[in-house]
Amino acid sequence: MKSAISVDNLRKVYGPVVAVDGISFEVHEEEIFGMVGPNGAGKTTTIECIEGLRRPDGGSVQVLGLHPQRDGYELRERIGVQLQEAALHYRIKVWEALDLFASFYSRQVDWHPLLERLGLTEKHNAPFAKLSGGQEQRLFIALALINDPDLVFLDELTTGLDPQARRAMWDLVRSIRERGKTVFLTTHYMEEAEQLCDRVAIIDQGQIVALDTPENLIRSLGAENRVVFSVDDRFDEQPLRAAPGVTRVERIGERVVVYGQGDRLVGGVVNALEAGGVRFRDLRTEQPSLEDVFLALTGREMRE
Amino acid sequence: MRSLWKLTLVEAKLYLREPMAAFFTLVFPLMMLFLFGSIYGNEPTDFYGGRGSVDVSVPAYMAMIIGTVGLLSIAITTATYRETGILRRYRATPLRPAVILISQVVVNFVMTLLGVLLLVVVARLVYGLRFEGNGVSVLGAFILSTLSFFAIGFLLASLAPTARVANIVGMVLFYPNLFLSGAAMPKEMFPDGVLLVSRVLPLTYVVDLLQGLWFGDPWGDHLTEVAVLVGMLAVGVIVSAKTFRWE
Repeated sequence: MKSAISVDNLRKVYGPVVAVDGISFEVHEEEIFGMVGPNGAGKTTTIECIEGLRRPDGGSVQVLGLHPQRDGYELRERIGVQLQEAALHYRIKVWEALDLFASFYSRQVDWHPLLERLGLTEKHNAPFAKLSGGQEQRLFIALALINDPDLVFLDELTTGLDPQARRAMWDLVRSIRERGKTVFLTTHYMEEAEQLCDRVAIIDQGQIVALDTPENLIRSLGAENRVVFSVDDRFDEQPLRAAPGVTRVERIGERVVVYGQGDRLVGGVVNALEAGGVRFRDLRTEQPSLEDVFLALTGREMRE
Repeated sequence: MRSLWKLTLVEAKLYLREPMAAFFTLVFPLMMLFLFGSIYGNEPTDFYGGRGSVDVSVPAYMAMIIGTVGLLSIAITTATYRETGILRRYRATPLRPAVILISQVVVNFVMTLLGVLLLVVVARLVYGLRFEGNGVSVLGAFILSTLSFFAIGFLLASLAPTARVANIVGMVLFYPNLFLSGAAMPKEMFPDGVLLVSRVLPLTYVVDLLQGLWFGDPWGDHLTEVAVLVGMLAVGVIVSAKTFRWE
């Protein structure tokens, strides 16, 4: 597998604050690579060092075989960047922005299909100031794709979007990869990383604490699945404890949590309840998530 | 070249969509012309050395337009582009900073020129404006003055920490320059004390140079003005190039 990005021992310091503390990783071609971690963990600094917008204090970065500082202009011809903080002139119209940015690149791409793909056709004559948060974000993504880049950077893509817009954005990112592009994204939503990324680097306080596929990261926890339900009456918990896969049972008020492992856990729990004639409701299962991985690795919640 | 052309075109549209900027460049000078033209007319008087009020005012209003665009438009636009993240977004593309700079200079220069041409044409048609100089000389002086004030505008934008500061400093510099340089009212009306103050205001040198060449003075009579404006241009370019920031 070829590398789109290689980062070796990258360091960036702001005064006394070590923002990025010697991190190394590779991003493969045609994968969605995610960097997740809480705000202030060093994600944006890392992504901007790779894009060539910030000068690292140490270590080396190679992107598409180029040096982001030395070969900046050449590199920016081939990458697409969505920045966490950026703006356009509030009176510029959507089509003008696309037409303008298209002229910055030597690779000529017709931007009209992009307008449609991002659902901005109806807004093509609207000024930037009149766009909603989601439309703004989609315009910035259109601008990031306008040169048909080999590598796309998306920094905090869905921050500030409602859940529906967020899901639409995920589909969009998947479609970018399906076109043979590489995507490097940062997010502080663990769910987003889990849903979207082929591989995830968890970053905390400027260091990578784990890097693998979301499935492997979760499996490595060895954490238990949970079956949660509510009951109105007292019931005998003993048959439940004996059900296949169950390791323990907790009861808090009318809420019951059954911990266990294996594929037969849910079936076993339901059978035991039916056999005992227990009236239960709101039954659902909870799998360990990247949130749990982060908690286990750092001893802290993602959002504090 | 394609990016320069597109960016210049878009910037020109944005300029015209900004009612305040277009007003002060294109409309306000005409309002001044009509206001004072209707009061004083353009009959030759001894007070203006055998010329009319409009004859003396038009080159001065040209200086006013130059001052507005340099100290207000350029300074505020550039500082705002930086503060809001527009420059940041450009920086993530292969766009060269020189292209951004040139497009700003071109658009603002063309707007300034349009404002000046509109003023001259209207003054000629309505008040029979008299011109005693050499067109090429006046154009040369106009270009020098414009670039010099643009350089000060970029300098202001580079040194101001925020767009708000650029705005305030621009205003604080602009108003004394406007009223005490002879750009808005003729220096012939000023008492000696005010004339003294006007010597430290850069716009005075634009007014003197443009008025002088307008009435046919040779360049040799205005070497001080030329030296001051060239100096401002050099300092503005060097310092703003050294202190330029994307964000």
